[in-house]
Amino acid sequence: MSQSKSASIMDARILVPAIGGAFRKLDPRSLARNPVMFVVAVVSALTTVLFLRDLATGGANLGFSLQIVIWLWFTVLFANFAEAVAEGRGKAQAESLRRTRTETQAKLLSGNDPANFKLVPGTSLRVGDVVLVEAGDIIPSDGEVIEGVASVNEAAITGESAPVIRESGGDRSAVTGGTQVLSDWIRVRITAAAGSTFIDRMIALVEGAERQKTPNEIALNILLAGMTLIFVLAVVTIPSFANYAGGYIPVVVLVALFVTLIPTTIGALLSAIGIAGMDRLVRFNVLAMSGRAVEAAGDVDTLLLDKTGTITLGNRQATELRPVRGVTEPELADAAQLASLADETPEGRSIVVLAKEKYGIRARDMQSLHATFVPFTAQTRMSGVDFDGSSIRKGAVDAVLKHVEQAGVAAGGSRAITGTIRELQTIADEIAKTGGTPLAVVKDGRLLGVVHLKDIVKGGIRERFAELRRMGIRTVMITGDNPMTAAAIAAEAGVDDFLAQATPEMKLALIREEQAKGKLVAMCGDGTNDAPALAQSDVGVAMNTGTVAAREAGNMVDLDSDPTKLIEIVEIGKQLLMTRGALTTFSIANDVAKYFAIIPAMFLAFYPQLGALNVMGLATPQSAILSAIIFNALIIVALIPLSLRGVKYRAVGAGALLSRNLLIYGVGGLIVPFAGIKAIDMAITALGLV
Amino acid sequence: MTVNGWLQILLFCGIILALVKPLGGYMTRVFNGERTILSFVFGPLERGLYRLAGTSDREEQHWTTYTGAFLLFNLAGLLLLYAMQRLQGGLPYNPAGMGAVPPELAFNAAASFVTNTNWQNYGGESTMSYFVQMAGLNVQNFVSAASGIAIAVALIRAFSRKSAKTLGNFWADLFRATLYILLPICVVGTLVLVWQGVPQNLNPYTVATTLEGAQQTIAQGPVASQMMIKHLGTNGGGFFNANAAHPFENPTALVNLIHMVMIFAIGAALTDVFGRMVGSERQGWAILAAMGVLFLAGVVVCYGAEASGNPLVHALGIEGGNMEGKETRFGIVLSALFAVVTTAASCGAVNAMHDSFMALGGMIPMINMMLGEIIVGGVGAGFYGILLFIVIAIFVAGLMVGRTPEYLGKKIEAKEVKMAMLAVLCLPLTMLGFTAIAIVLPTGLGSIANPGPHGFSEVLYAYTSAAANNGSAFGGLSGNTPWYNLTLGMAMLMGRFLVIIPAMAIAGSLVTKKVSPASAGTFPTHGPLFVGLLVGVILIVGGLTFFPALALGPIVEHLAMIRAPGL
Repeated sequence: MSQSKSASIMDARILVPAIGGAFRKLDPRSLARNPVMFVVAVVSALTTVLFLRDLATGGANLGFSLQIVIWLWFTVLFANFAEAVAEGRGKAQAESLRRTRTETQAKLLSGNDPANFKLVPGTSLRVGDVVLVEAGDIIPSDGEVIEGVASVNEAAITGESAPVIRESGGDRSAVTGGTQVLSDWIRVRITAAAGSTFIDRMIALVEGAERQKTPNEIALNILLAGMTLIFVLAVVTIPSFANYAGGYIPVVVLVALFVTLIPTTIGALLSAIGIAGMDRLVRFNVLAMSGRAVEAAGDVDTLLLDKTGTITLGNRQATELRPVRGVTEPELADAAQLASLADETPEGRSIVVLAKEKYGIRARDMQSLHATFVPFTAQTRMSGVDFDGSSIRKGAVDAVLKHVEQAGVAAGGSRAITGTIRELQTIADEIAKTGGTPLAVVKDGRLLGVVHLKDIVKGGIRERFAELRRMGIRTVMITGDNPMTAAAIAAEAGVDDFLAQATPEMKLALIREEQAKGKLVAMCGDGTNDAPALAQSDVGVAMNTGTVAAREAGNMVDLDSDPTKLIEIVEIGKQLLMTRGALTTFSIANDVAKYFAIIPAMFLAFYPQLGALNVMGLATPQSAILSAIIFNALIIVALIPLSLRGVKYRAVGAGALLSRNLLIYGVGGLIVPFAGIKAIDMAITALGLV
Repeated sequence: MTVNGWLQILLFCGIILALVKPLGGYMTRVFNGERTILSFVFGPLERGLYRLAGTSDREEQHWTTYTGAFLLFNLAGLLLLYAMQRLQGGLPYNPAGMGAVPPELAFNAAASFVTNTNWQNYGGESTMSYFVQMAGLNVQNFVSAASGIAIAVALIRAFSRKSAKTLGNFWADLFRATLYILLPICVVGTLVLVWQGVPQNLNPYTVATTLEGAQQTIAQGPVASQMMIKHLGTNGGGFFNANAAHPFENPTALVNLIHMVMIFAIGAALTDVFGRMVGSERQGWAILAAMGVLFLAGVVVCYGAEASGNPLVHALGIEGGNMEGKETRFGIVLSALFAVVTTAASCGAVNAMHDSFMALGGMIPMINMMLGEIIVGGVGAGFYGILLFIVIAIFVAGLMVGRTPEYLGKKIEAKEVKMAMLAVLCLPLTMLGFTAIAIVLPTGLGSIANPGPHGFSEVLYAYTSAAANNGSAFGGLSGNTPWYNLTLGMAMLMGRFLVIIPAMAIAGSLVTKKVSPASAGTFPTHGPLFVGLLVGVILIVGGLTFFPALALGPIVEHLAMIRAPGL
């Protein structure tokens, strides 16, 4: 499942079985899913019958007819082959997934007593059952941790060997069937019955078994079917026209003209493109629950991105110490370092690092100081240490000020303190304006100063947003920060807009508001409180580390839990649509050359003047017709790599993208077949095939 | 081709371009129900008509109701016109004492005028009484044109309205198109034509003695009033059999210019109505530009072919262009231009015999019609025709920008594609299908005047003209037989209604959609890139289908001529 495997588009392990697949797909039930290729198969069968009849009755031009018949069947087989190759790549991945789905024994709990369980087969579990999973056990099915903490190896689905923590409550409570508990134990409530677990769905998705046509694919199929009908009319009327002119056109020639005119190229590659698009996502460790979601990703107008982890590095870091008047920087550094020694949060650790690097204050041993750590609580919103009768606290400015005021009231209060408070607030505001987070430090009721915690914007993210803007996508940063801080970070990161002090309700309202304006919205989230917004958004990417509710609400799951991927997901969606459009344009543009190859050849017998239309100078009428049908079949094979890889997406405006693609696939589609048919004509004439 | 010739062509184009904005602005106000300069005259009349019809312009219709009203109105017109022709002998204003029109011919003429085709298997002056011409045919000239405009306006509303259910009121659009647009222009125009010498009377035919002493019957009648609407409404049904080549229909160069300008005026202005209604006139100009490219290409080929003349005639020592079948008062350039204009729009009036054009010169009118007459096109018809191609072009190429294709913010999805393909499919079905049948049946072959490829072109042209609702004839083919009367009548009905119904279904689907705002990621539809794309799609999707047929008709005829043994 790692991305390195993606390099081999043409792997023999996939190509060889695909040849067999191409023949198996001649089954009419399978062909009927694709109207264009079904029609080709029908007329191929018809010409085969006619050829056999001529063979029995000794008709003329048998060698020529046989070659046409063979190339007609090749056209069908090549289309089947393209689909088989695309499916084959998914099958290889499905195989490795299936190996994880071995029969497991589950420890089914009947009561609350963890010792009281009975062993049952994993497949017999029902939704709502509670099982015990201990170190070394495979989690029998998808579920939610209701008690305990454990480290779990999820390499089976993510390919990442480092274990992850799963615990009850919080946003990391979902476990996936087939993954293994490495340490400790958990009690899990089963949320998916056998056969509909996450891994089952993954297998079905990558194998393409559940592949349903996406809205654009359906529309495109209608267009192709319509064009096929138009060319039916163009071709079935020819015998009558020829009869009027006193000529006769063999059925095999009519069939050849028909098959070359109908959009076989895109018809043959359409499903391969769709499968490959899903596959690209899977190789990116993103699972789309439907093809519709992948298409919607291409249409996204607005991206909602969480600030933390996506735009900024997850951790804020202390970058500066700002003491109030009468306090020296080392004095403040000393207090801040003491207060943070036992603080394991990244912010706390960064304060210790800053104190050491800038002020040379070395780490001290808490125990030798007889210090007790006072952890952060939601009530006090401060943390710190108590030692030798004095106390140091650090925390949000308003929380610290409240603490000081209470202490100040107890001490009788003084004008000096109010002056310091005002000074501290000024410093805090200055820091907030630049996007930083101020952290006030107080020792024994005396304000010392402020620690400047800075959000570090990820490198290169500004350029990514500029790129998105060129693609016409608006980015909105979602953050719990206050508006001032949010504005500063938004400006630094270059997002188009931000939502500060965001609550889940505000997120949902923002999504609805954007959608009311006709926009499609994508977001990612992991917590249960993200679930409504994930469900409301058009593309909701749930993090694999998230809760069951979040995973159910989203229409994609990112196995790596990397929110930045939203950007790549959009690109993959666009690439899928572009590839379809490009090959359709190419296919239709090809018709011009094919007309010029076949029409003069077809009518030459009774209107020799039409030889003037043979602009390619093809050797004989038969070589012209044969070259056109061979080109038509071979172009399918030639375009398989492109359809699997996808047309390259560039983050330029739609106008530039369109003119580029029109030039390559439109104008190219006009020119390439002229050269190709001529080359094939020279080759088959040299080989003496006609 | 001469500089003088091109100056005349550019003058014509210049007048059309100058008309687009004022006429488009006026029409937009009319169809938005805003007050216009003529409201004080027609306002009370319009309200009276609503009371009579039991409706109101505020009564909005769903697409099915709108289309249903349109179909009913046209069916009633068809039956009424058929009855009038059959009962002609007993009706007034019949100084020439014309009898009942035969059933098949009456059906053909009724279908022809209701569908805005005006194919004429009858000779006007020798078949129809003044009453039928005025109260029957000419009324349809107005209302078939107004119906077409109404359909186009409904389709425009589908793009301009957001998340709506209704497309307007058919009766309001019909009345307004007739009262505020067609009637006033025709009244003024008729007076100008009368000044230029076009007859307008109810007199019996004049019997005159020629200089040679022979007796000659000079047909006349209410000609001028029919001429204006014939061109303005892209009807094309002449008062006389010779149509606009007849000196009473088209006496002077000025009248000829007025005719051509009238043919394009409303169709071109509708692109601006579209632009204004969707809030960006550039969108309308882009469509007109695509039409203009195709139009000028047609003029270059047609004028070029006619001006260079026939090499077989040159071989006999006679220099010059091809003047066969052309009026000397118009000459080569105005005949070629008129032929391209009348077939680009679905008018069908002719001032020269297309049958006598050079093979390639005659092929251009045929291609114009085969494309579905979307180059300016019939009033209304041309606009909804090109919108169908836009749907297809946007869908194919729109995917290439990596988004679900959208036009003016409306997503083009399965339903729109399906309906657009159905409508586009209708043209090869009727044009090629009927031709293929006609040229194997003895009854079809019997009407062909010339053997070989030219005879094939005659039949192909007839069905193409009928299905495209053009109405111009190639000549040569004797159309007034039961077979051609019936099949051409059917082709006309199919070509009109089997395109309109899917087009309205698209309108019904689009009007309900949200509009996604344009961004850097949306496909720009107002630039040269879009114009080029649209032209390409029209030629490849719409045109290539007919390549085999054209190869066996005009192309082989042309090749046979330039490679003739005498050269």
